[in-house]
Amino acid sequence: MKASARVFFLGGLMSYRALFTWLSPWILIPTFMVGPIFQILFFAYVGRSAGVGSDSFFLIGNAVQYAAIPCLFAMGNTIDGERYEHTLGLILVSPARRVPLFLGRALPVIINGFVVSLFALTVGALVLGVSLPLSMLPLLAIVLAVSAFACTGLGLVTAGIALRVRETAVVSNVIFGLLLIFCGVNAPLSSLPRWMAVVANWLPLTHGIAAARKIAAGATFADVGSTVAVEVGIGSLYLMIGLVLLRIFEVESRRHATLELG
Amino acid sequence: MSVPRLIGLGWWLQMKMRSRSAFDGALSIVYPIFFATSVFFIYRQGASSSALVAAAVGASVMGVWSAVATTAATSLQSERRQGTLELLVASPTPLPLIVVPITLSMATIGLYSLVATLLWGRFAFGINVSLRHPLAFAVACVVTALSVSVLGFVLAVTAVRYRSAWALGTALELPIWLICGFLVPLSILPHWVRPLSWLIPTTWGVSAVKSAALGGTPWRDIAICLAVAAVYAAIGTILAGRLVDSARINATLSLI
Repeated sequence: MKASARVFFLGGLMSYRALFTWLSPWILIPTFMVGPIFQILFFAYVGRSAGVGSDSFFLIGNAVQYAAIPCLFAMGNTIDGERYEHTLGLILVSPARRVPLFLGRALPVIINGFVVSLFALTVGALVLGVSLPLSMLPLLAIVLAVSAFACTGLGLVTAGIALRVRETAVVSNVIFGLLLIFCGVNAPLSSLPRWMAVVANWLPLTHGIAAARKIAAGATFADVGSTVAVEVGIGSLYLMIGLVLLRIFEVESRRHATLELG
Repeated sequence: MSVPRLIGLGWWLQMKMRSRSAFDGALSIVYPIFFATSVFFIYRQGASSSALVAAAVGASVMGVWSAVATTAATSLQSERRQGTLELLVASPTPLPLIVVPITLSMATIGLYSLVATLLWGRFAFGINVSLRHPLAFAVACVVTALSVSVLGFVLAVTAVRYRSAWALGTALELPIWLICGFLVPLSILPHWVRPLSWLIPTTWGVSAVKSAALGGTPWRDIAICLAVAAVYAAIGTILAGRLVDSARINATLSLI
């Protein structure tokens, strides 16, 4: 039990610091500070140009969705980074239990995603002049944290895929793009084709974005509690799928001796 | 070897290499389509059909910059990682004539994206772009790609000392989309942004593409785009010269 806790907390933190090279300020500032602000501004101005939506709509959608950048890429790097450093085999022959091993790596990523979203929301609101009353910030913070958790679940699926696919960055970019289209980030689900709205309901971020928009419109936690619970459920589902994929592909890679081949 | 032959062969070699890379090839085409799709959904909600057509044209050009921004910023880093930067610098060919074909190949991949986005808009969203001046449209697209490749050349040379140059390139993707009038008219941006937009050749290229597609006078914008791109090419050439001189004096080319 104690060993698992050490693998979860210390192993997760060490892995994050060692593998997630984006923590360098030369990457962190352009990627996590400049990037989300300009995504928010880009879509807010597209909305103004088209005469559709409000600044608040685009601000919340894109601030929550941008958590996907750290959540997807950092989790994908959990596998890809180890392979690059030639330590993937050492990790997978170790007797450490896999659930704390991989979930421990997810915890710092959830915090990272949450901080990025919170920063984007705060600075984006200041730049666009969107008023977000301080009283709603604790509720919004909860929703951002839950959304980051759910997206990290999807990131764990990406990590599983990374055991079979070498181009993890491409996979993460494609998933990021799909989330941008499907999750109601820049267009309400009601304006999407029906099949897309159905798919969106099974993706992380969709319910988080919806809940955040309701809170910004004055809803209480009781009003959005069920939506937030669905987001938690979807995140947990993806987390389990990710762990199962990691298990399956680990066994397969041992059987076929393809661990380093990706 | 003559300059046109050198640029042509360099471009073709780079095209073949990029076509085999999932990141440079497939993702450069697919990634802008995600953003274009979001834009189509936004415009489809309320704006007129003519605005949707204009958005389709603007969105299609986004891919040209997208294909260049990140990869150009990292191009010389990649050469360094492969151990070929010293060989390129030591060769008797001036460095700009080696780098420009690299960024030109990236912009060419971007032209694939332009066509793919227009086709995506046509078949997935029913946006029928009937070109008012087809010849001018083709010329404007090529000139825009050329201007973007020159911009990429300057970025490549500027970012050579920046170890994480890809992050700089990625961070520049959306600002250029925003301030160069791809989708957002310059008139609704803050006043202080407009002079910045005018200093970027892509602004004039995008304007020419839109004028040629939707009706207008594209030739003046094409000429301005070429002129501004020529200034950037001169700046890039001077910067490249300084880089090579500095690296030779300090023996630091492979150390950064």
